[in-house]
Parts: sequence; C-alpha cells; structure tokens
Amino acid sequence: MKPKKIRTPLSSAELRALKVGDEVLLCGVIFTARDAAHKRLSDILKSGHRMPLDLNGAVIYYAGPTPPRPGKAIGSCGPTTSSRMDAFTPELIRKGLSAMIGKGDRSMDVRKAIKAYGCVYFLATGGIGALLSTKVKKAGAILFKELGPEAIYKLEVVDFPLTVGIDSKGRDIYDKAKWKKTQRAS
Amino acid sequence: MKKIDVSQIRQTVRELCLKANFELRSDILKALKGALRKETNPRAKSILNTIIENARIAKSERLAICQDTGIVIVHIEVGQDVGLVGGSLHKAINDGVKEAYTKGCLRKSVVSDHLLRKNTNTNTPAIIHSEIVRGDRVKIDVSPKGFGSENKSKMMMFKPTASIREIKDFIIDVVKNAGPDACPPFVLGIGIGGTFEIAPGLAKRALLRPIDKKNPDRRLAKLEKELIGRINALGMGPMALGGKTTVLGVNILDYPTHIAGLPVAVNMSCHATRGASKTL
Repeated sequence: MKPKKIRTPLSSAELRALKVGDEVLLCGVIFTARDAAHKRLSDILKSGHRMPLDLNGAVIYYAGPTPPRPGKAIGSCGPTTSSRMDAFTPELIRKGLSAMIGKGDRSMDVRKAIKAYGCVYFLATGGIGALLSTKVKKAGAILFKELGPEAIYKLEVVDFPLTVGIDSKGRDIYDKAKWKKTQRAS
Repeated sequence: MKKIDVSQIRQTVRELCLKANFELRSDILKALKGALRKETNPRAKSILNTIIENARIAKSERLAICQDTGIVIVHIEVGQDVGLVGGSLHKAINDGVKEAYTKGCLRKSVVSDHLLRKNTNTNTPAIIHSEIVRGDRVKIDVSPKGFGSENKSKMMMFKPTASIREIKDFIIDVVKNAGPDACPPFVLGIGIGGTFEIAPGLAKRALLRPIDKKNPDRRLAKLEKELIGRINALGMGPMALGGKTTVLGVNILDYPTHIAGLPVAVNMSCHATRGASKTL
C-alpha cells in the first residue's frame, strides 16, 4: 500500500484516521527530545513553571542526532528506544502533545493516555540514521542547548517515513506478535 | 625489541573509529543482503532494503550509520615482544577516540558523574580491554557500541548442573525481551564460563568474529547454528515487525569455569553492529 502523506500540525481528525500499521510520510515540524530533555520538561511541569516548549499539537521525536557536516542540516538522526520516555509521556500528552516518534513498544499507561487523548505513536526504523538525515531539511537546537545531543532540536522534515505503532484507539502493532508470548520486562 | 610509538596507536584508533562508524562491517552487510533474498514478508523486505540503503549512504556521505555512535570499545592485543614508547597507551587510545568523535561529526554519548549525567564532550573515556599475547604485533579492534542493544544484554549465574536446554532457553528469552528496542536483526555475542566478570567480556569479544567465519570449536559451531535456527523461527523479524530474519549471527566464546558454577552472558548487538580492526 502506498504510504499516506501527512503534514504537521496534525488535526484531531487526521490523527483519528490513522490506523495501526499504516505507513505514512510525515512533512512539517517536529521536535527532538530524549531522556535528559524529558526529565527537564517533567521537572518544569512539576514545579509549576511555564513550559518553555508549546506542546499543543506538537510532535516529539525521540532522537539525539550526530552533529551535521558543514553545509548539511543535520547528521545521522534515527530514533532511540521510546520506552525510556514512558514515565514522562502521559503528562506531556495531557499538555497537548499530539504524536510521538520512536522505536519499540510502550507501557500500558502510555497506551491509555494515547487512547484517552486521541494521539498517535509512530515507529521509525532504528539504525538508519544516515538515510533519515536526508529527510531533514532544517534543524536547530532551540532548548536546553547545553545538553548537546540531548538538547531539543526543531526539525523540518519532508517525507519522513513512519509506521503507526499505536493508533488513537490504543491499538498496538506489537499486540499480535507471536514472539511476544510473555509480558516483556522493562 | 620492536618499538611502536603510541602516537601510531592514537592515529590508528582515530582511523578505526571513523571507518567503523561510516562503513558497515562487510560480513554484516553480506548477511543483510542474504537475508533480503530469503525474506518473503513485505515489511521485512522493505526494512532490510532501507538498512542496506542506509549503509550505502553512510559510506558515500561519510555519515554515521546510526546516530548512536556508541561508547567505544577497544580490544587491544599487545605482543609481549613489543615495546610501546612515547607516552601512555591509554591516553593515546582516548586521544584517538576524542579526535575521531570531535572532528568526524560523531555523537558524543559518554557522560560522567552519574548524578549530574555530565557529557564529557569527547566521547571518552573509551572502554579498553588489553591483553598481552605472544609475538611482536599490536592488534586493535574498535567497536562503537550503541546502547539500544547494550541495555538489553543479560547475564546469568547458572547452577553447574544446568542443562544445555536451560541455557538455550535463557538465550532465547534474552532475545524475546530485547524485542524491537535492540534493533533486530541482531548479532549475539555469547560468553560461557569463566567468572562473573569474564563471561560478559567473552560475550563482547565474541562479537568481533566475522559472522561469516565459522567458530573453530565444533561444539560451539553446532550450538550457534541451532540457536540461529531457533531465534529466526520466532518470527520476530526486522524491527520486530515480523519476518524470518531475527538474527544475523550468533558468536560464542567459552572458557573453563569453577565446579560450582556456570556463568552465561549474552551481549545483544543490533543490525548496525560496527567494528574495524588493524594490526600494527
């Protein structure tokens, strides 16, 4: 099946139209955030301070790119393991996050939050950061720059190839996996 | 006595770090291409195709194969008839890593001070395993190791009476538990025997063997073949989205152990299992 083209900001109707297993090509703006950035965002939320990043309708990409070669927008930039962000994800979803991009499966709490708020979790293929870098047209660190590769980068992507891992109904692509007979430990 | 200046080691480590990060190991690439020919699952084929295409782009553009350019594992075998001169060996290795990672646009992923998680900004220190061997050569293996797979590695202290079946089941469970997070198709490094610190070291070193090169130990070669069959029969496939290709290679190293125990370690490695080697 031909991948569906979608563009940020993703409307509620667009998100709901995506079904688990669908292949999409994403265009528009996404923000990188991985472990350290999630911890900081979560600490800011807990402290009651103003969020430095507008999460409303935002798409977060769990990634920490390599530095760009001169003249390039970004270096290698594939996804990191999403489950490490699970503990922080529901609170970000409640703040308006519309979609996440990463690799691997998610906790039950994340699935519930995705379903409750009509979000989508996308899978990107791990270990193909060089190829994915060709889909990023602009990139710049916008927050927590001192974290280096763990800073929040704003990326403008074109035809970024993704698969719907968990859809807005909470259906998970790994549910039917026959290798997954037992609940995986985190 | 043959003398090698450590500046030559520094330069070699730098070159190997760059090569390992930009050029996928030829044995791994060959295995991926072989797997692609056998796969029938459309999604698995598509993922394998993108992995192979990624390796091509990385090599031609001098871009990291994976953004997780890892913590650098250096195995160095120093011949006992070699004199290393010109300074500290460990400093030379770390300087080589630092030069490669700062000048080669590679990600600096090493943090010190585990409470503050402060990035050292040089990707050092490297993990250095050195061994004194016979002869007058110095062999250096550089393996940048990503943590998506490293995090899924496990070890178990079995009872000495454990059956081979229990050990195989443990290995299969480690693979199942690794799932998509460790980026299948995997390469498994397995260490059997020794002591608590030796088994994981063997597992790590086992990953250095090209996966198209047969284990010289016939018993282990047989066990490897059986494990490859069982793991691929799981149907996990590339990125655990289904398919015949769950593992590209299983490499085992063993060592004698104590009558009271049987340590077994499984070092998970991803489809971007990287490495480069040079002998001086």
